[in-house]
Amino acid sequence: MDTSQLLSATVLVGILTAGIRLASPYLFAAIGEMFGQRSGVLNLGVEGQMLMGAFTAFYVTLRTGNPWLGLLAAMAVGALMGLAMAVVSVTWRAVQGISGIGFYIVGMGLSELLFKTLLGEVKVINTGFNAVNIPLLSQIPVLGEIFFRQNVMTYLAFTLVPVAWFVLYKTPLGLKIRAVGENPHAADTLGVNVAHIRYLTVTMGGVFSAMAGAALSVANLNVFQENMTAGMGFIAVALVYFGGWRPFGVLFGALLFSMVMALQIFMQVYRVPVPSEFLIMMPYVLTMIVLVLTVGRVRAPAALTKPFVRE
Amino acid sequence: MSQSQATLPLRQKIEHLEMRGITKIFPGVVANDRVDFDVREGEVHALLGENGAGKSTLMKILYGLYEPNEGEIRINGQPVRIRSPKDAIALGIGMIHQHFMLVDTLTVAENIALGLPSSRRFITDLDVVARRTLELAETYGLHVDPEAYIWQLAVGQRQRVEILKALYRGADLFILDEPTAVLTPQEVDEFMGTMRQMTRERHSIIFITHKLHEVIATCDRVTVLRNGRRVASRPVDGCTKLDLARLMVGHDIVLPKITSAPKQGEVRLQLQEVHALSERGTLALRGVNLQVRAGEIVGVAGVSGNGQSELAEVITGLRRVTQGKIFVNGQETTGKPPADLLQLGMAYIPEERMRDGIISDFTVSENVILRNHNHAPYARRGFLLHRIIAEITDRLIRLFDIRTPSRLTPAGNLSGGNIQKVVLARELSRTPKVLIAAQPTRGVDIGAIEFIHKNLLDQREAGAAILLISEDLDEVLSLSDRVAVMYEGRIMDILDAKDAERGKIGLLMAGVRPE
Ligand SMILES: Nc1ncnc2c1ncn2[C@@H]1O[C@H](COP(=O)(O)OP(=O)(O)OP(=O)(O)O)[C@@H](O)[C@H]1O
Ligand SMILES: [Mg+2]
Repeated sequence: MDTSQLLSATVLVGILTAGIRLASPYLFAAIGEMFGQRSGVLNLGVEGQMLMGAFTAFYVTLRTGNPWLGLLAAMAVGALMGLAMAVVSVTWRAVQGISGIGFYIVGMGLSELLFKTLLGEVKVINTGFNAVNIPLLSQIPVLGEIFFRQNVMTYLAFTLVPVAWFVLYKTPLGLKIRAVGENPHAADTLGVNVAHIRYLTVTMGGVFSAMAGAALSVANLNVFQENMTAGMGFIAVALVYFGGWRPFGVLFGALLFSMVMALQIFMQVYRVPVPSEFLIMMPYVLTMIVLVLTVGRVRAPAALTKPFVRE
Repeated sequence: MSQSQATLPLRQKIEHLEMRGITKIFPGVVANDRVDFDVREGEVHALLGENGAGKSTLMKILYGLYEPNEGEIRINGQPVRIRSPKDAIALGIGMIHQHFMLVDTLTVAENIALGLPSSRRFITDLDVVARRTLELAETYGLHVDPEAYIWQLAVGQRQRVEILKALYRGADLFILDEPTAVLTPQEVDEFMGTMRQMTRERHSIIFITHKLHEVIATCDRVTVLRNGRRVASRPVDGCTKLDLARLMVGHDIVLPKITSAPKQGEVRLQLQEVHALSERGTLALRGVNLQVRAGEIVGVAGVSGNGQSELAEVITGLRRVTQGKIFVNGQETTGKPPADLLQLGMAYIPEERMRDGIISDFTVSENVILRNHNHAPYARRGFLLHRIIAEITDRLIRLFDIRTPSRLTPAGNLSGGNIQKVVLARELSRTPKVLIAAQPTRGVDIGAIEFIHKNLLDQREAGAAILLISEDLDEVLSLSDRVAVMYEGRIMDILDAKDAERGKIGLLMAGVRPE
């Protein structure tokens, strides 16, 4: 096999299709995290929430044969983890960076424990979310294949972006979220309940992170393994900065990252003569470069990581 | 939470609001001690008191930001509970805070709409808000562009937004916490007009200020607090400025003036054709030439926004000089960082004390040593000498009469005027060679003004070269040996104290050169 094959039309379509699919977990997690940060809470526990979501979705789907039940269960678990993070960071005003790491460790350990006691070995399901061809649209040459023969979770993830944009910029709730993350004291003096808003965004963030996990375990891969997210939750946090705390910025970052990821996978498959370690590094190195280049372009929410106290 | 109250369509208008026996205790301070206070419909009631007397605290209790330890609030005779601003808003109370409460990254309309239900339920109705805002702006003479972002607005415009926020919520009673402290004289006049319009519409106003002539000019009644207690409450009719000052501080106040001729020494500060950009990238300084000698005070007068802030910032190394040169003690300092200027004996009393003057989470003591923390006497071989720091801070707290529970209180918890004294203590205790004082008495009480003026004159006697930037023309005239008038980034003229009469300066401030 040689490099020229990599540039053939079918392979390119393959890379793009995979890139879109790979973006979905990042999108869920990063959009959820974006809402939290927009309201002033940095949640570094995304990874742990993703792992718990991935396990719960997988296990429930395995037992019931219904991925929707799996997804719902994962969302419930994510909500609980998000709520716990909210209690610690909003009510108890813990240092957010550290409590987030705590939740990451808890999520990772707990998902591992549950995996060992409830599953014992790596299993594969065939009842996950399969690809769904959108009528008509999927028939469009090339584009149809890339965009409209994806699984439900991928469609959901991409729909989430404009919805998130709408909520953030066009609704009274979004206005409150943005105000609370910039100047909670000002919001407070207008009768906005800062704690309520932060509870809401952080809990929703947990739900979205868990959906990101489900997108992996019952849609893209149909398998659960210990620590299967391998840092994706942290990449999602980085994507929020990268995207300048804006939904479409996050979308752009997630796509860039996942496309390079897909390219890298195909390069390995086609045995491009570069050590695989370097290929695997590619998306991460790219993220770092772009992060460095974009730093200072947009300002973070002014109250990010700052607990709110009235007196 | 009284969620239901907020949605009650028919709210009683506030005809009489009473606060009875209000006590509020902070760690180490009794900020309010059994205070009684009341306002009636259509009345302007002044709340006076020294810095730290407890005015803001009392008003924050009324607005639901602080819970009192004791006391009750009644509206039209009925006891009410105000546990959060939401309750206060629902009852018809609006507050304009001493430090603005606006979200800089949002637009005017967004700031006004924040927290209100939308007429379209789940979708914001900013267009409706903008339209209604313009109507209110028309009625009350508060012109502002609803689409502008807050960060784009000047201080005076931001204040209009604050008032519009309260008007939009249908407030009957307005708490105005030092609204005029940050305004230019012209803006103050407009503001007084707005206040008159508000009382014409039967709104009640609680007005906090340190400028006594404003009380005489606009208020019906006055209540004076001292050390958290109410010491007087009476009609303003028949009161003079002196009476009010005496009530506030407990003794007569005489503001000092320069009397002696300057002991003109060598040139300590020199600017040659200095140009600089403003925050927004426009040319703020267009060739400033200025000299300040040891032992003299040069006052800079001008309508705010004509480059005064930028002037202070270029001299202190906080803003880049795009063209021209600056010399301190004969050495060129153009482009040098603030640390180098410090070495040359420069001291700076910044205009924005919360942003540039203190670190609010640091203690009073830490803020006082901030400039010299790595030198003797505060440190030796890289270690802070806590005992000495404590002694010196305690001495400065006494000397500068800083009202604080202790030297270990976070500076951000002090009242506005006392924060200013912390800055003064730090900057003046170093016996500077060059002192840049930008709006040094903004928001401080009359007693503190007397104190600050005396200190500036003492520094002058001690041979410091002082540049005094102030929007208060009285202050400039009574303290300056020479008066420089700024207009559109240039110095129109520099007058000797004896030739500096109001009319002439007023014309120069407006950009007109008298024949
Ligand atoms: N959040 C707080 N925590 C602790 N102490 C406080 C707090 N807020 C105010 N204080 C203290 O309460 C006292 C009254 O402060 P307050 O801000 O009410 O004064 P003020 O009359 O408004 O003064 P100024 O004219 O300087 O604004 C001061 O001694 C101040 O240090
Ligand atoms: Mg105050």
